[in-house]
Amino acid sequence: MPFLQVSNLSLRIIGETPRLLRSVSLSVGAGEVRALVGESGAGKSMIGKAILGILPRAVEVVEGEVWLDGQNLLAMPPMARRRIIGAKAALIPQDPLTALNPSRRIGPQITDRLVHILGWDRARAESRALALLEEVQITDPARVMRAYPHELSGGMRQRILIASAFAAEPKLIVADEPTTALDVTVQKQILRLIKGMQERHGTALLFVTHDLGVVSKVCQSLSVLYAGMVVEDAPVRDFFAAPRHAYSRALLAATPKYTDPEGSLTPVPQTVMDAVRAEVAAADGVWHG
Amino acid sequence: MADLYTVQNLRLSLADMTAKPLFGAAPRIEILRDLSFSLPKGEVAGIVGGSGSGKSTLGRALVRLLEPSGGSIRFDGTDITHLDDAALRPLRRRFQMIFQDPMSSLNPRHTVGRLIGSPLALHGFEGIQGRVGRALDHVGLPRGFAARYPHELSGGQRQRVGIARAIAMEPEFILADEIVSGLDVSSQAQVLALLEGLVRELGLTLAFISHDLSVIRRLCRRVIVLHRGEIVEDRATAELFANPQAEYTRDLLAAIPLPDPDQVWA
Repeated sequence: MPFLQVSNLSLRIIGETPRLLRSVSLSVGAGEVRALVGESGAGKSMIGKAILGILPRAVEVVEGEVWLDGQNLLAMPPMARRRIIGAKAALIPQDPLTALNPSRRIGPQITDRLVHILGWDRARAESRALALLEEVQITDPARVMRAYPHELSGGMRQRILIASAFAAEPKLIVADEPTTALDVTVQKQILRLIKGMQERHGTALLFVTHDLGVVSKVCQSLSVLYAGMVVEDAPVRDFFAAPRHAYSRALLAATPKYTDPEGSLTPVPQTVMDAVRAEVAAADGVWHG
Repeated sequence: MADLYTVQNLRLSLADMTAKPLFGAAPRIEILRDLSFSLPKGEVAGIVGGSGSGKSTLGRALVRLLEPSGGSIRFDGTDITHLDDAALRPLRRRFQMIFQDPMSSLNPRHTVGRLIGSPLALHGFEGIQGRVGRALDHVGLPRGFAARYPHELSGGQRQRVGIARAIAMEPEFILADEIVSGLDVSSQAQVLALLEGLVRELGLTLAFISHDLSVIRRLCRRVIVLHRGEIVEDRATAELFANPQAEYTRDLLAAIPLPDPDQVWA
């Protein structure tokens, strides 16, 4: 079984009929990088949250399974599930400013998890944090450990969150649009950093993004989502050579590409939208729930 | 063709509130350092740069939301560099702005009709309801949307309202500040296609601020590249992409991840 296996996962807001995720299945092998691609509202972040056990209270699992390293997460008692997830998985969040507590210094924000969840002693946790800050190319890590988030640039804060995600040597990291708020030159540095760390540590990565350009640079496989449904699941090379689903093709044609100004940034045709919506309705029609 | 904007030796500095001592004045930081360029009528110019390059500050100076600290800005022959609010008011109709984040630039308590209509009323337009309707037609939204509130719209629709509000004033110049960077690729493509059509149809002069050179290439005939408050390159779009001169422009181009696994991106 792959390191992460999501099977037939359906979510909904408690008390509402339409599903947020529609029987989603995907897998990420050990050390693999898979992209979750889709437009806002497609449910890509929700998949990440379901895997990490941090779904909003108003959302319930209707059906499906999440297997992490051979263990059926959704069948476990909540405390045991938290321990497994805390030890084996981590998140790189989207917005580095809101993800860090503005009133606390950086150091304890990195070491908290190691000390309180994994039971490390403080000295060991601190030396680990220093080593990681160095690995994410932060100069003067000792000073940064004592700094508050507002004293650091956006790129620095994102590096800190990356260091923090790798702190407990997780086997899986969910990266939720980690570079969306950054400009292209900083984005490139951060993506190469994540990719390099992922390769060195052999971590599996589930990379949530809406940018197919980014996908082609850091991922090996991708799942394309529309309205909580996986419409295409393919290796990256095959996908960019010939996307199979009409919606995937339209998404690729809408993606900016300065080397092809006439062939890119093409609005998604209404016929394609109608067809994919009909497909979602058909899936809902035959669904037993 | 005559120049709509002539900018000469423009300088702008702002107070650095992060370094302000408890008592006394904050030190000033130079944001724009000696910029000179002109925009002919009908020009569609891209202003590109990384975060902190001064591109939004430049835009805000052009529509005089900020007052320059040196140099001059002439709009259609009038020196607007240090005009006060009262003197600017009649000119404001003629240069409009579309903001980056429609959620924070559209008042959530006002309907779309009021959002588009009240600036028209302030500037003494007649037949406001008809004008609001025509503005909505222009941006491809049903007229019934005039009764809706911003939270009832999608991101792309909200940005269309921002565009409708700007063009309803029948301006000569529009400044668009990162108006598609918060949108999904499919809405991004739609909003760009819309803007492209409107500029042509209405004969607008447009300054389009973006950090994304791919978007600029599609829309703009000319590109001004800003880096640390200075213009490092100002050329026709085709020339810039064929043969970027400034090192910073080359870095910017090389950093763009193209949707192509074979692109060399090291």
